[in-house]
Amino acid sequence: MNLQAIRAIYAFEMARTKRTLLQSVVSPVISTSLYFVVFGSAIGARMTQVEHVPYGAFIVPGLMMLTLLTQSISNASFAIYFPRFTGTIYEVLSAPVSPFEIMCGYVGAAATKSVLLGLIILATAALFVPMEVRHPFWMLAFLVLTAVTFSLFGFIIGIWADGFERLQLIPMLIVTPLTFLGGTFYSLDMLPPVWRTVTLFNPVVYLISGFRWSFFGLSDVAVGVSFAMTTGFLLACLLIVSWMFRTGYRLKS
Amino acid sequence: MVSVRHLSKTYASGHSALKNINLEIARGEIFALLGPNGAGKTTLISIICGLVNASAGEVRVAGHHIVTDYRAARACIGLVPQELATESFETVVDAVSFSRGLFGKAANPAYIEQVLKSLSLWEKRDARIMTLSGGMKRRLLIAKALSHEPEVLFLDEPTAGVDVELRRDMWRLVRGLKAQGTTIILTTHYIEEAEEMADRVGVINRGEIILVEEKAALMRKLGQKQLAIELSAPLAAVPEALSSYHLALSGDGLHLTYSYGVDGAVGEPPIARLLADLSAAGIAFDDLRTAQSSLEDIFVSLVRPQS
Repeated sequence: MNLQAIRAIYAFEMARTKRTLLQSVVSPVISTSLYFVVFGSAIGARMTQVEHVPYGAFIVPGLMMLTLLTQSISNASFAIYFPRFTGTIYEVLSAPVSPFEIMCGYVGAAATKSVLLGLIILATAALFVPMEVRHPFWMLAFLVLTAVTFSLFGFIIGIWADGFERLQLIPMLIVTPLTFLGGTFYSLDMLPPVWRTVTLFNPVVYLISGFRWSFFGLSDVAVGVSFAMTTGFLLACLLIVSWMFRTGYRLKS
Repeated sequence: MVSVRHLSKTYASGHSALKNINLEIARGEIFALLGPNGAGKTTLISIICGLVNASAGEVRVAGHHIVTDYRAARACIGLVPQELATESFETVVDAVSFSRGLFGKAANPAYIEQVLKSLSLWEKRDARIMTLSGGMKRRLLIAKALSHEPEVLFLDEPTAGVDVELRRDMWRLVRGLKAQGTTIILTTHYIEEAEEMADRVGVINRGEIILVEEKAALMRKLGQKQLAIELSAPLAAVPEALSSYHLALSGDGLHLTYSYGVDGAVGEPPIARLLADLSAAGIAFDDLRTAQSSLEDIFVSLVRPQS
């Protein structure tokens, strides 16, 4: 195991975050904070509680998940796409580093940034609304699992993309809408039966539901199902990354 | 040090970039791979360094198979790519340290300092890469390739687009590395570069190695010398008495050209006899000038018939 290489890639990526602190950390924290201030006060004034949880607090796990998904994807996809774009990827590919180690470095850094962002958002939210975390271990487990899974997904997008437009395509057109429609701002019980059934086809529902359960003990679907869905997606991403490195897809000719 | 056997590469487009390449490069030598654009030089280097998958054949570096024992093989290799592919926002010292880390080596600030100083980059160690000139970026790529103390250094067109001063600096650096025992493989289409530095020369054209030879032997074998004789009075034709010399007479009848082998061992009569025979034939001359064919002339003569 080339631990030095993993450390080098990880440190390199974390240094990029440090250099772009405003864009990497401050901007998503402010955007998400605006969501729960605006939605929390606008809707929260009319709908004070959802299943005995203050509305302002109810939407926090969903908003954390929104940031976690978009930032994990964007961090990891950019991290691997940019060296491909500039040509500096030659250095990583010609080094004595295995695909697993390359992935650990890039995905580890992207996931670390997302987890930190999630925790900062949680701390910021606690300033505005009363927060409780009923199952802190599971909260952290879902946080880390989701960050790693979607960083892997972002890594795949970064290898697949052949332009900056494609890099943005899936996060903007698929992930963000699915997160908004995945129960970030409401409980599935509030939907008409038909839409509730339709929403259950949205995979993000399971992520938000499990994560919200770790905070309030409330979930739209069974926690075990949420956990299994996330783990399944993680394994699928691992298989795709493994195939990409084995075949050299978009990395080697 | 580097062993290439029956190596072939056919891209998905069907283009056959390398055809059954066989090449042995000894430890500590400077090997220049010459070839026109698109000959397959970069593909060959890219396969050895793990950037391109081979279609057939095998490559070993320091005895390590580049696929089955890729860690050991790649750990021996430093690569300076043809393109100026560098990060932009990182500092020089961070970028070089990153390269060292990738190769599994623990941080060694003293060694990095030594490398940067040898490449005149030490003063710029805290500068962002985007602020460096093209020449400095080229030096940085060399520093990155040397950061893990490689045994084999691949230089893919190292002096493409750099000024004369930097080119000479690089030659000096390469000689220094050779003196330390580093094996150097460089691709170039600057014949001057190969002529200046290489111990051995390989010529590749259309994916095939058409010649591998020690530079000095190649110059002797294929090189030509020419003696240009400026005559005092024009000749209508070369006299019959001098026909054995295969002299070429210029259109104005005032210049004779005599071609002979570099080492004088290819059967032509010696110059002294020619000059004596000229005098005997009553041909006076005002001046003599000799010229030796360069590696470039040899290269062109090798590649042209196949192009």
